[in-house]
Amino acid sequence: MLAIEMLKENFPDEIIEEGESAGQPYVVVKKEKIVEILKFLHEKPELLFDHLADLTAVDWLGKKTPRFEVVYNLFSIRNRELLRVKAQVSEEDPRIDSVTSVWKVANWFEREVYDMFGIIFNGHPDLRRLIMPENWQGHPLRKDHPLAVEGESEWQDYKELKERVREFAQYDWYHRIPQGQKDVTESPAGEQEETNATSA
Amino acid sequence: MPQALEIIKKQIGEDEWDEPYYVNMGPQHPATHGVLRLFLELDGEYITHCDPIIGYLHRGIEKLGETFTYSQNIVLTDRLDYIASAANNVGYCLAVEKLMGLEVPRRAQILRVIVCEMARIASHLLWLATHALDIGAMTVFLYCFRDREWLLNIYEEICGARLTHTYPCIGGVRLDFTPHIIEELYKFTEEFPNRIPEYETLIDVNRIWLKRTKGVGVISGEKAVNLGLTGPSLRGSGVRYDLRKTVPYLIYDELDFEMAVEYEGDVYARYRVRMKEMRESNKIIRQCLDKLAECEGEPVIAENAPGLFMPFDKPKRPQAAPHPKKVYLIKGVEVPVVPEGDVYVATEVPKGELGFYLVSDGAGHPWRMRIRAPSFVHISAIPDLCKGQMVADIIAVIGSIDIVLGECDR
Repeated sequence: MLAIEMLKENFPDEIIEEGESAGQPYVVVKKEKIVEILKFLHEKPELLFDHLADLTAVDWLGKKTPRFEVVYNLFSIRNRELLRVKAQVSEEDPRIDSVTSVWKVANWFEREVYDMFGIIFNGHPDLRRLIMPENWQGHPLRKDHPLAVEGESEWQDYKELKERVREFAQYDWYHRIPQGQKDVTESPAGEQEETNATSA
Repeated sequence: MPQALEIIKKQIGEDEWDEPYYVNMGPQHPATHGVLRLFLELDGEYITHCDPIIGYLHRGIEKLGETFTYSQNIVLTDRLDYIASAANNVGYCLAVEKLMGLEVPRRAQILRVIVCEMARIASHLLWLATHALDIGAMTVFLYCFRDREWLLNIYEEICGARLTHTYPCIGGVRLDFTPHIIEELYKFTEEFPNRIPEYETLIDVNRIWLKRTKGVGVISGEKAVNLGLTGPSLRGSGVRYDLRKTVPYLIYDELDFEMAVEYEGDVYARYRVRMKEMRESNKIIRQCLDKLAECEGEPVIAENAPGLFMPFDKPKRPQAAPHPKKVYLIKGVEVPVVPEGDVYVATEVPKGELGFYLVSDGAGHPWRMRIRAPSFVHISAIPDLCKGQMVADIIAVIGSIDIVLGECDR
C-alpha cells in the first residue's frame, strides 16, 4: 500500500509493525510522533486521508504489553482507501498527543476514550468526562473494571437516590383526595387495616 | 447575523450586554429527539456558545458486547438506532462475517438490502414528521406516520417485530419472505412515489418553512468532512460520499440508483437530500424484488453459519483436519471459531456512517466491540453548526442532522 510505503520512507524509526487483518492494512507506530504521522497522512496530496472515521482504544490487559492501543481508522474519500493506525500507550504513562488540531471530530472521540479508558490526551482543548457522570470512579471499558457491582463500591449518586426513594416511601401520597370521594388507587389490604383500626 | 447584533448593541448601549444569559435546553425537551441536553450561552437571542451534554441513555452496550457471544450481540445493536434497527443489524453482521470470512448466500444479501432500504424510508419518514413538527408544520406528521405504519406492518409480517427486528443473523437472515410480503412490498413501491409529492406540496412552497430552513445552519463541504459529518448531512454540503457507492457492500454495486447530493449546505439542502433518498430507496426495493424472483427457493443462510452457541474461551488445542476452523463445544455440535484480528466495517445507515470496529482474540465473544455512531459525531458538530444563530434556529439545526440518542449514548 502506498501510504505505508511513504510512512516507512518518512518516519523510518517510528514504525513498529505493519500488516493486514481481514484484508484491511494496518500499521503500529510509536506514540511520540503520532500528530506528525497523522498530519502527514491527512495533508499529503496523493494520500489525502481526510475522513477520520473512528478513534478508539483497546485494552490488552494480560495479553500484550504495552497495555493500551489507541486506534485511528482513517478513510480517504477520494482514493476510497482505509488505513488503520495504532499507537501503543503504556499503563504507567497513559498519555498521548491530541489530534484535534488535525481533525475537529477527534474532540469528542478523545473525550470518550479519556472517559472510558483513562488515557490522557495532551493538548486537548476540553478534556472532561463525556458519557459517564463526573463523579464516577474508574474507567468502565478497562478490562479490570467490573461489569456490575453492589454494596460499597456502588456509584455514590445511585446510593443517594435509593435512600431518597426509601425516604419518600414512608409518606402518604394520597392525602389530598377530598373527603367523600373514594380513592380508587387504594388497595384492598389498606382498607382492611383501616377497618381494624376503627374497630379497635 | 453578527451585523444585526452590532446594530442592536449600538442602539441599546454596550453596557447592558455585559452578562451572558445561560439556558439549559433539555434533557426533557420535545425538540431534542430524546434526552439530549444543550447548555446554551446567549447574547440576547443569539447563541455565543453551546455545550451538548450526553450520557442520559448510556446502557454500556460496548461493555456488554465483550461478555456476550457474537451472535447474541445482534440484539444489542437493535437498541442503538431503534427506528432503523434492521440497518444496524446488517452492519454488525457484515463486520462479523468479514472477520470470520463467511460467504453469505445471494438471496440473503438481496433480502438484507430490502430491509435496509425499508429502514431508510421508515427512518426518513419519521425524521420528516418530527422535523416538520418542530418547525411548526403539523399536518406532515400525520401523513408521514400513515405511511410509516404501512412499512412497520410489513416488518411485523417479516419477523414478528415492529421496531427491534433482529431479522438478519450472522451468515444470512432468519427467515425467507412469504409470497404475501412480496406482494405487499410491490404494492408499497407502486404507491409510495405518489405519496412523496403529498409531503412536498405541504412544505416545499410554504413560506414559513422556507424562512426557517434556507440559509440556516450552513456548513461548507470541507468543514463538514473535518467535523466528521456523514450521510445526508454531509451530502447536503456537496461532498459525494455515500458508502453504498464509495465502498459497495452487499449487492449495491449491481443496483441502479443515484447518490443524492445538494450543494447549499443548509437545513433545506439536507431536507432535499433525504427526500431524494426516499425516492432512490424505493427504486432499490423495486429492483431487489425483481432480483428476488430470479433466485426463488435458494437458501437464505450460509451452511457454516454459527448458531447462538460459541465457545467463550479460545480453544487450547486446535482441532485436526478436515475442519481446522471448527471445534466442539457441545458433543455433536460444531461451531466455527472467529480468527484473531480486528476489522472496521462501515455501512450507510439512514443517519450516516455506522462503523463497527471488532477486535477478536480467537474466542467466541469479541475482545472489544466499538460502535462508531453517526449521531454521536453529529451531536459533537452542533456547536459549530449553530454558533451565531438564533435560539429558534437551533431546533431546525438539531432536526436537520437527524440524531437518535440511543445510538449516541450507546
